[in-house]
Amino acid sequence: MKITQGTFSFLPDLTDAEIGAQIDYALAHGWAIGVEYTDDPHPRNFYWELWGNPMFDLKDAAGAMLEVQACRKAHPQEYVRVNAFDATRGFETTRLSFIVNRPTTEPGFLLKRHEVAGRQIQYTIESYATQKPEGQRYE
Amino acid sequence: MNSATSAPETVDLSTLLADSRVTEVLDELDRELIGLTPVKARIRDIAALLLVERARKQLGLAGGSPSLHMSFTGNPGTGKTTVALRMAQILHRLGYVRKGHLVAVTRDDLVGQYIGHTAPKTKEILKKAMGGVLFIDEAYYLYRPENERDYGQEAIEILLQVMENQRDDLVVILAGYADRMETFFRSNPGLSSRIAHHLEFPDYLPVELEQIAQRMLAAMQYRLSGSGLAALHEYIPLRMKQPHFANARSIRNALDRARLRQANRLFEQKGRQLDREALMTIEGEDLRASRVFT
Repeated sequence: MKITQGTFSFLPDLTDAEIGAQIDYALAHGWAIGVEYTDDPHPRNFYWELWGNPMFDLKDAAGAMLEVQACRKAHPQEYVRVNAFDATRGFETTRLSFIVNRPTTEPGFLLKRHEVAGRQIQYTIESYATQKPEGQRYE
Repeated sequence: MNSATSAPETVDLSTLLADSRVTEVLDELDRELIGLTPVKARIRDIAALLLVERARKQLGLAGGSPSLHMSFTGNPGTGKTTVALRMAQILHRLGYVRKGHLVAVTRDDLVGQYIGHTAPKTKEILKKAMGGVLFIDEAYYLYRPENERDYGQEAIEILLQVMENQRDDLVVILAGYADRMETFFRSNPGLSSRIAHHLEFPDYLPVELEQIAQRMLAAMQYRLSGSGLAALHEYIPLRMKQPHFANARSIRNALDRARLRQANRLFEQKGRQLDREALMTIEGEDLRASRVFT
């Protein structure tokens, strides 16, 4: 199951040229580019690992693409995303975030139904991938 | 698709030139930079080469993108940084760098203080320079033969790799004094062979320095009086004989000191009403107070 998180998530995966164009767009707005990776695809997982420091004052996408490639090379079977952070007062938040690398097989999520008082049901989702320990999740 | 049908049959160099608006920069270069004739000629050559390369590409002749890394050698104050800035503009107009900005660095920006510090630092700078021109001033400091564990070597290796693999993303200009650059290139043949254009910046002639001084004063909204002009005429040859003469930079410093003395002189004539003329004019005595006349 292809996970759909962040911008462009319902499109087919972006090519490198398209990723570069998006990064150029972000840089033209003065947003800082950060690269992050994780092996936990849960949509509520906000704690992706930083790949190096966020890149402030870049002028061209080529610099950020270097980091994207390096991160993909180091974590080929994990999720990698590019974030564009807007430091303008009032925003001070991520303006653009999209996935640029994903594992070849994505096992999807298990839906758990938890019965509570009054036969009410609480739902939880859990990624099949995270049932295995870290480092063995997408082997 | 057949390339013969898609590519045009002929190409007009003059329209290509007009489209690139590179002539504006070249003319500006001619107008604003005094002297430096061999440098200007080389820049025109390079611009012509790049333009022809673009024309060839339009006709479907693949030649591989030309190597554009350069070295600027010359004494201090001969305009290396200024020309590098213009070079970035020219390359941008011709479409050889995408953004056309200049990142000027020295050894300190590239080389770290301890093991493992250099590579990230150099890469950081390279990333910033992508799409533009990386100008490394006093590049010979990167290589210190007397210390074989110096981290400068590491920076050079990373630089070499990027210069070779990402020619489309970045142009590197190494600058420094001629003699030391020569030893630097001799001990780093890999670097030397990757640099296609060696530009030598000659020293300025006294006449040119005089023109430069006038240009600088005009830019600062000052002018020389008759006696000031005469004093400048005498000052320049004397200053050129002094140690640590740094061409245009020395002239700039001399003018800054003259401004200081002019301010002092005006201050001492307190009772007087000062008009525009008085505030703008640098007199001979302002220059003659310099230590080179003693």
